[in-house]
Amino acid sequence: MLLTFSIFIPTLAGLIILFVPRKMEILQRSIALIGTAVAFALTVVVFIGFDGSTSNYQFEENWTWISSLGVNYHLAVDGISLFLVLLTTFLSMLCIISSWGSVKERIKEYHFFLLLLETGIVGVFCAMDFFLFYVFWELMLIPMYFLIGVWGGPRRIYAAVKFFLYTMTGSVLMLVGILYLYFQSIDPITGGHTFDILTITNQCNFPMGTQIWLFLAFGIAFAIKVPMFPFHTWLPDAHVEAPTAGSVILAGVLLKMGTYGFLRFCLPMFPGASLKFVPVISVLALIGILYGALVSMVQKDIKRLVAYSSVAHLGFVMLGMFAMNLQGMAGSLLQQINHGLSTGALFFLVGVIYDRRHTRLIEDYGGIAKVMPLYASLFMIVMLSSIGVPGLNGFVGEFLILLGTFKANMAYAVFGAAGVIFAAVYLLWAYQRIFFGKIVHSVNEKLRDCSPREAFILIALIIFIVLIGVYPEPFLSRMEPALQAVLNRVQDANAMVP
Amino acid sequence: MSHLIFLIILFPLIGVITNTFFTRRWSEAAIGIFSSAMVGASFVLSVAAFISLLGMEASARHIEQVLFDWIRVGSFHAPAALLVDTLSCVMILTVSAVSFLIHIYSIGYMHGDTGFRRYFIFLNLFVFFMLLLVLGSNFLVMFIGWEGVGLCSYLLIGFWYTDEVKATAGKKAFIVNRIGDFGFMLAIFLIWTTFGTIQFDEIIPRMASFPIGSSVITAICLLLFVGAIGKSAQFPLYVWLPDAMAGPTPVSALIHAATMVTAGVYMVARSHFLYSMAPAALEVVAIVGAGTAIFAATIGLVQNDIKKVLAYSTVSQLGYMFLACGVGAYGVAIFHLMTHAFFKALLFLGSGSVIHGMSGEQDIRQMGGLKTKMPKTYWTFLVATLAIAGIPGFSGFFSKDEILWKTFEGHHYVLWVVGVVAAFFTAFYMFRLLYLTFHGKFRGSKSQEQHVHESPSSMTVPLIILAVLAAIGGYVGLPAALGGSNHFEHFLHPVFAGGHAHLLLGGAHHGVEPVEYIVMLISVIVALLGIWLARSGYFRMASWPGKLSKGMIYTTVLNKYYVDQIYDVGISRPTVKFSEIMAEWFDLGVIDGLVNGVAAFFNWVAGWLRRLQTGFVQNYAILMGAGIILVLASLFYKMFF
Repeated sequence: MLLTFSIFIPTLAGLIILFVPRKMEILQRSIALIGTAVAFALTVVVFIGFDGSTSNYQFEENWTWISSLGVNYHLAVDGISLFLVLLTTFLSMLCIISSWGSVKERIKEYHFFLLLLETGIVGVFCAMDFFLFYVFWELMLIPMYFLIGVWGGPRRIYAAVKFFLYTMTGSVLMLVGILYLYFQSIDPITGGHTFDILTITNQCNFPMGTQIWLFLAFGIAFAIKVPMFPFHTWLPDAHVEAPTAGSVILAGVLLKMGTYGFLRFCLPMFPGASLKFVPVISVLALIGILYGALVSMVQKDIKRLVAYSSVAHLGFVMLGMFAMNLQGMAGSLLQQINHGLSTGALFFLVGVIYDRRHTRLIEDYGGIAKVMPLYASLFMIVMLSSIGVPGLNGFVGEFLILLGTFKANMAYAVFGAAGVIFAAVYLLWAYQRIFFGKIVHSVNEKLRDCSPREAFILIALIIFIVLIGVYPEPFLSRMEPALQAVLNRVQDANAMVP
Repeated sequence: MSHLIFLIILFPLIGVITNTFFTRRWSEAAIGIFSSAMVGASFVLSVAAFISLLGMEASARHIEQVLFDWIRVGSFHAPAALLVDTLSCVMILTVSAVSFLIHIYSIGYMHGDTGFRRYFIFLNLFVFFMLLLVLGSNFLVMFIGWEGVGLCSYLLIGFWYTDEVKATAGKKAFIVNRIGDFGFMLAIFLIWTTFGTIQFDEIIPRMASFPIGSSVITAICLLLFVGAIGKSAQFPLYVWLPDAMAGPTPVSALIHAATMVTAGVYMVARSHFLYSMAPAALEVVAIVGAGTAIFAATIGLVQNDIKKVLAYSTVSQLGYMFLACGVGAYGVAIFHLMTHAFFKALLFLGSGSVIHGMSGEQDIRQMGGLKTKMPKTYWTFLVATLAIAGIPGFSGFFSKDEILWKTFEGHHYVLWVVGVVAAFFTAFYMFRLLYLTFHGKFRGSKSQEQHVHESPSSMTVPLIILAVLAAIGGYVGLPAALGGSNHFEHFLHPVFAGGHAHLLLGGAHHGVEPVEYIVMLISVIVALLGIWLARSGYFRMASWPGKLSKGMIYTTVLNKYYVDQIYDVGISRPTVKFSEIMAEWFDLGVIDGLVNGVAAFFNWVAGWLRRLQTGFVQNYAILMGAGIILVLASLFYKMFF
């Protein structure tokens, strides 16, 4: 029942908040914090109890839900979803803490949506039934739409609608794919159809033509979510308009639903098509890496800059995944976590100065290292992690991705490695313009340094940034069996093709 | 000892952590002494490691310590492991000794700076990464140190970050180094896919199945060398090093002269087993090295900033080290690396003392006559100048001459001539610097003249110690031709013999050839000529330097051959321009244009469809009727056909 509790305790907390009188703001915030903290604690228990030596699904819960349709309430985690779940509950908790001072309007609704969002995302990662999966997938759209549309910036409506439409387009395609899979499936017990993901995965053995159509139906949905070039243009708008917590969740975990989808569905279910699509995905990923970095370099808005850097980072994630070897895939999964931590931290950092100055334009800052030394130091560490400096998390992920890619295809790795250079360019340049030099705007002379609350959030993230960089073993070893299982399916398909 | 190696890197790390979290309220002196002590501890442990190596059989001098499994995924394995052999032992001794002296010096130099504690955090962090770099027992651990020292270099160049120019210089160093790291990283990938391991001592036995000159090994060596070019500031990636002089002068001495920039040389020497199998790559190393040596030396001839002269000198001297590697004389390269660390650190610290005494002035045209005002600085500076110029008896003579001799002996006559000419330039620009700074009349302002003073003893004592090392440090490698027995090369021999000993270390085992004396004599004559010319131009103040400075060649060299400008116009600006076009035209125009276009299309269709909803019941009834007929028709169609 651990997973069920992890998923629904946030929503429960959200519902309770709705009944708290509007004036009792601190109580509302506290309930949200307790809800997310309990959810995080429960997932930590899952992590501790997780047996890392096997690819088996663990903490399984399986109840019949709608028996006539073959729908089950089926939850479980493996080495792939475990870390994404942990990341979600961790970041959600930090988001509540960060909103403590910065969100002052409609606190009740804000927290309700944020908590509902957590339920949706954790649900997506734990669902082992397609029907359930789709319910969570769509569920998470609604609170995100409102978070951007209500608490966002000046162009929030445009951004929210764009986000909604992009994602819906993908979702509809995916729904068609899911229904097709459903009607092809046979429940081994009842003989009817089933939505059970494990059963469907094991039964998946389609001719290449069908596989390609299915890969496209799922793949486009996930590619929009990742987002892969050229489906990325919703991301900068959504990020710029979203409130800090929205950006953190969006970059930190929402994007991972796309990469997770590829890893959980596309690769094991349509292995033949996945192999066929390796060049397409790899080239798009490489374009994303280089294009994201270059476009990022010339942005004037810090949030847009970080958004485009996400396009580049997620390009690495996709590149590694489609290297189709253990090194690349492990790097890819680790990098998903790394990106969640580092980019999440970057958005928290942007939030800190946005709360003080209400501008995200780089040119409105300059020289603020002098007045905000602690903030500057924390920003530096997070930036270095994002650049991929050894000793911090980003390096391990990027290195493994490029190593795996190199093993699979040298040319891809050469272009990918070139992207590493650009990452240094855009971040260092932005850092310099924000922090170094003399203070040119006199308003910045009185900026307060990080408050203890802000510092707490950032240091919590930095602890993991350093931990994964120095000792990634506990993470990598738990991922390996699950990734090997996916890889085996792909390699079996490869062996069958003459 | 094998369980204690990690202590060598641990102490500087303790320094970093302690200074970051606990010394906020400590006095400057306490912070400085504590940080220096941490590095001093590393030095003591390095000496202990050296002694325990000496106690071992020459061929068994190899202590490894595996700390933990760092990365292990499938067949890829990178343990966090340290290795002390004779090569890394020479490096840790040099690095920790020079670092310790520069830490002490910094206490005086950085006195009163608001970033005093931050400075020592970065400096200790640098020592940690530098020691990790040389102690790593595989390419990946080496790479961590490699990137780590680059990071510290970035942080320290831009240490006074409120100055935009300094911050930019730091950023430039980081990015140019990244280009080099790109090559290094690809080399690691290729090493792993070729040999299935990245551990130095596991690769060597697996080399047997590859022929000499194999293309994959040549590719590995060339990629590694791209990394070395970046870190060790060789042509065409040297451009960051002169700018790096924006950092505090002790940093220039430690990072940008004595230790970090020599990491590329160490890396090539460490990978000798690969290079010795790739003659073509060695050829490239030798040519780039010799080419850079003379190229940078010419720029050094005309610089007027005391630190810029030394910076180009460093680039040039690093070129010599690569020349040595390129002709297969790795031991000699490391020898020159060590002597250079002593005399170049001394030169930079001396220049720091001058700048300190001159209240921040760096232009040698504003100096002169400092000999009497700063005697300790002058005499120590003179020792270093004699050493770098290659005057017999001083350390630089032995190592540089050995390089030229190995080049000559390996029949690389063109490269030898290049090296000799560069040696002539070296002697000239160093004595030009010495004369302009310390001799003649004082040319600065009145207020500077009143303030000029000798530096405090925390600065001059390290100068004196380094002067001793710069003077006598060469005797550990006294060649047979001069009656020595070259302990240095014999000490390193087991490491380099592990690869292909027959390709290198010729001289140590051959008898002494008469031609070696002639080659030596030529180097000495050339150095004396350079000094004589500098004396005529800048001590006797002959008129020829003034006349020369009106020519076009002079202007070109003064502007460093316009390389920075070429990079700016050829690479930086087009990249930014291209990115702007992508961001504005492609992203917002094309892709978003399409997305918004689709949205507009549906809006337009919806606008038409809305007209169907007229609100008249009759219209709905007609549509409903038509629908029913359509459904029935399709049912009939299915039933009957």
